[in-house]
Amino acid sequence: MVAVWKGAALAAALVLGGWGSATAMELRIGLAAEPSSADPHYHNLTPNNAVARHVFEALVDMDEVQTMKPGLAESWKTLDDTTWEFSLRKDVKFHDGSPFTADDVLFSFNRVPNVPKSPSPKTAYVRGKVIEKIDDHTIRIRTARPDALMLNSLAQIEIMSAKAAASASTEDLNAGRGTVGTGPYQFVEFVPGDRLVVKRNDAYWRGREPWEKVTFRFIKSDPTRVAALLSGDVDVIETVPTADAQRLAKEPKVALASALSNRVIYLHMDRLRETSPFVKSKDGSAIKNPFHNLKVRQALTRAINRPAIVERIMEGEAVPASQLLPDVYAGTSKNLKPVAYDLEAARKLLAEAGYPNGFRLTIHGPNGRYTNDTKIIEAVAQMFTRLGVETTVETLPPAVFFSRASSGGPDKTPEFSMILAGWSAGTGEPGDSMRSLLMSFDPQAGTGSANRGRYSNPQFDQLIQKGFATVDAAKRAEIFASAAEVVMNDVGLIPIHYQKNTWAAKKGLKVTPRTDEYTFAMSVRP
Amino acid sequence: MSAEAGMPGAEMAGAGGLGRFARRFAEDRVALFGLVLLLVIAGLALIAPFIAPQNPYDLARVDIMDSRQPPGARAGDGFTMWLGSDGVGRDLVSGILYGLRISLAVGLVSGLIAAAIGMTLGLVAAYAGGRTETLIMRLVDLQLSLPSVLVALILVALLGKGIDKIILALVIVQWAYYARTVRGSALVERRKEYVEAARSLGLSHARTVFRHILPNCLAPVIVIATVQTAHAISLEATLSFLGVGLPQTEPSLGVLIANGFQYMLSGKYWISFFPGIALLVTIVAINLVGDRLRDVLNPRLER
Amino acid sequence: MIAFIIRRVGQALAVILVMTVLVFFGTHVIGDPVWMMVPGDATQEQVEQVRREFGFDQPAHRQFLAFLRDIAQGDFGRSYVHGGPAFALILERMPATLELAFAALLMAVVLGIPLGLYAGLNPEAAPARAIMAGSILGFSLPTFWVGLMLIMLFSVMLGWLPATGRGPTVSVFGIETSMLSLEGWRHLLLPALNLALLKVSLVIRLTRSGAREAALQDYVKFARAKGLSRRRIVGVHILKNILIPIVTVLGLEFGSLVAFSVVTETIFAWPGMGKLLLEAIQRLDRPLIVAYVMVVVMLFVTINLIVDILYSALDPRVRLTGDTA
Repeated sequence: MVAVWKGAALAAALVLGGWGSATAMELRIGLAAEPSSADPHYHNLTPNNAVARHVFEALVDMDEVQTMKPGLAESWKTLDDTTWEFSLRKDVKFHDGSPFTADDVLFSFNRVPNVPKSPSPKTAYVRGKVIEKIDDHTIRIRTARPDALMLNSLAQIEIMSAKAAASASTEDLNAGRGTVGTGPYQFVEFVPGDRLVVKRNDAYWRGREPWEKVTFRFIKSDPTRVAALLSGDVDVIETVPTADAQRLAKEPKVALASALSNRVIYLHMDRLRETSPFVKSKDGSAIKNPFHNLKVRQALTRAINRPAIVERIMEGEAVPASQLLPDVYAGTSKNLKPVAYDLEAARKLLAEAGYPNGFRLTIHGPNGRYTNDTKIIEAVAQMFTRLGVETTVETLPPAVFFSRASSGGPDKTPEFSMILAGWSAGTGEPGDSMRSLLMSFDPQAGTGSANRGRYSNPQFDQLIQKGFATVDAAKRAEIFASAAEVVMNDVGLIPIHYQKNTWAAKKGLKVTPRTDEYTFAMSVRP
Repeated sequence: MSAEAGMPGAEMAGAGGLGRFARRFAEDRVALFGLVLLLVIAGLALIAPFIAPQNPYDLARVDIMDSRQPPGARAGDGFTMWLGSDGVGRDLVSGILYGLRISLAVGLVSGLIAAAIGMTLGLVAAYAGGRTETLIMRLVDLQLSLPSVLVALILVALLGKGIDKIILALVIVQWAYYARTVRGSALVERRKEYVEAARSLGLSHARTVFRHILPNCLAPVIVIATVQTAHAISLEATLSFLGVGLPQTEPSLGVLIANGFQYMLSGKYWISFFPGIALLVTIVAINLVGDRLRDVLNPRLER
Repeated sequence: MIAFIIRRVGQALAVILVMTVLVFFGTHVIGDPVWMMVPGDATQEQVEQVRREFGFDQPAHRQFLAFLRDIAQGDFGRSYVHGGPAFALILERMPATLELAFAALLMAVVLGIPLGLYAGLNPEAAPARAIMAGSILGFSLPTFWVGLMLIMLFSVMLGWLPATGRGPTVSVFGIETSMLSLEGWRHLLLPALNLALLKVSLVIRLTRSGAREAALQDYVKFARAKGLSRRRIVGVHILKNILIPIVTVLGLEFGSLVAFSVVTETIFAWPGMGKLLLEAIQRLDRPLIVAYVMVVVMLFVTINLIVDILYSALDPRVRLTGDTA
């Protein structure tokens, strides 16, 4: 018994020495969301992708403003509209010392659609792409139709080692068996619910990272995460809660870094039905769906005081939105400005549309999916009520909300009359957002997949299709910008604001903020 | 077996008994204070619509321009928000008054329904005996062997949000306490002479049960009811905090606290703090009363 | 005894079956887990593919039959989100939760019994009244609110204790524990205190009422008349007699601590199974919820069984019903 105690004490002492406070070159990051796996192809989810990028790399890299940069492919060219050729880096080695070659790329492309029980596979990124090895360091990818988003798709495919991960299951990869990549950090361990640890890859081809060891701690509760930073448990936190941003900005031992994000918060209106289930006249009787009337839509968007929402609800951690993506991105329209708040004009429009007394409306939304989602809906409901549209709010748990908002109605149609939702442009361009949110709903063609208002506009659809068939980036951007103008002038949906992504770090660390929601140790410098 | 078990029924019939009971209760000044406090809280909740400066559910009155104002600030409408406002501009005094209504209503309604169901089943079990008793008591044991937070959490997760669903969940986690207590007391009463006498006089079962056995089981039920009401209010707040309770748009005290949770570290303590204090005071008041009732109604501790 | 245990286990299996059916069909009704799994930009085709892969396209009763078939083969389902076997995921997290609950129980006993004894033996003294008033407060405090106050005070304002997570763990006989190092205890202290608060009051009240009742019993009066020292009366006669209900109740309360840890773990980011449950509920991760219910029901049945056996060992008057049957 005594021996056991001695052993335990010794172990305790050892652990204490190594734990206490972080050593100089250890970085501890508090994440708001937990990855579900260390398998990069298992679950296409922001925290999974962010953590995976430390260990694995893709052929194409996206920098902090989502511009495409060479990754494991050092260069590429299009041979014709449907054929791309990529030259791979020759100086790259996997963490186990084996060289990176075209075989690893082929292996990874083949693995992506074949991960068993994947809750959301990355299959869409490889579909329709025929990949061919030319030599050890050259590959060719062919598509049936011109694919304007080729590089964006490739940026989502992590390259795994054909040798190390040949037969690795998701569970193996979680346990570190075969979790071998080319990235700046090597996988150490993943403790679900608690932490994920990586250590520095000294042979990284871009040069060594400053951190010997990086620990990601999963702290979902917002105040707790902030407390962890303030008490020194972690060095950096992501997703600084809007409520604490202003206070942290004044805190002397903390520095904030924030960037405009690619996520827009918007309202979708029912454009499917002739009478909408959650719209009633003031006396409770059924009325014709008012959202088919452009003047009603214009009245609603004018009645929203966006700067007030940004300032009072988001506490400055957002920017009023004019379209689906901030106009710093290529393919957006510089002519579109956030619709100005003008209650009188809105009332007039509503009266002109034939609703001088307004109507009754219920807005539905998720509770806890987007930053301050319920509060935003309540604010919008306040504003609509002032306009004369007596609005009630119903928020639902996200799983229930999205299920019903997508297919809760008769014949699997969207159930609600007006919903609040958010959209993040993972591709870093507006085409995909417009295709998913506003193109006519067509499951076969894969358009309008998130079009829960069922907005449909042939002129807009044509423009988007034309854009996707245009491989020339500048021309494509022009087409998408004009499409954005068409749809926003028609009030296809009501954009509210773009979120900001904010990180907080202890003084002395420099964090480069990103427009996507990825938190990288590579963005943190001492 | 738990803290409340094993309480024999106390005699409290007759006006003289009631007066004595009241005097005994009032001997403890703290308990008396608790009772007064509870009455004041219930009164405030009752007349909330007449005294609250704002109807916190009327979106035409709530303005986000008033959000996150510190205690004492003036609202756009001109009234003073003595306890400040929450994240969407709700006046907290009004929010708390209306929140108390919801919290107390949820506690009381769920308690009443649970008591009705539990007492009926408890009496049936004690009176019928045999298979029926075994079945009911198995259910009771099953219910009591699982912690109420967990059962309620899983239930509301399955049922969804809404005041009716919360009440249903709270009824399900509470009824067994009443059933067990009433059965215990009823078994004791059943063996007493007056029941035998009533029966031999040819009185009907129902009459025997409701006129004779039930009144004599009431003392422990009252004690259980106070404890359970406090528990239900606290449980509702906990569930709302975990995000599975009442919708944020119909704030109970628990929802108000949960809404203010995100502001605690940024120095806007009042959004969580004042509703938290209101919740605490309510529960403490109920528990003070319940505690004294337990002492007074438990003749084993009679000096 | 054996018959008693067998009957208990039989009951437990019935409970587990009922709960499983309820949870299974309940989660089926409330929402479609696929929407929590796919990214926002998933096409209808992707959604359908995931549905097929997980069998969500089948009617509910079919899914349930498939689930039962898997159980018969020893497969209790895999977490939709994490991919691993649901049971293993829960068991992996269990030591952290048990450790937290155990630490809370320990704190409750260490704080509660002396305070309760004092209050019970000197019921009229001012400190006793203060203790009792305090215990009502402790009873009434909402756990989540106190948790945040503790973090505010000890982590942020004073900076004495870490706000989140579990400290380093040491493996002792195959059980990972963080109770063997100072750093581990530093992490454990706040969440355990938060969790213990409700139970401290319970222990105080149980001890107090036990002590008050025992003090009136004949054997205590007799011992006092015999001139035994107060210390001996309290330490041996009173304590021994009130220990039985305390052990029983605490045994049962251990289960409630495990359940309440859902709240504490969420606030303190403690990597236990309660936090896992809450996430599973939010994501409609049905296999995980079902597995949690199974594990927890088994845990409670075991605890109840142990308590009953202990109870009969401590108090020979109590006989286990199975014996006579």
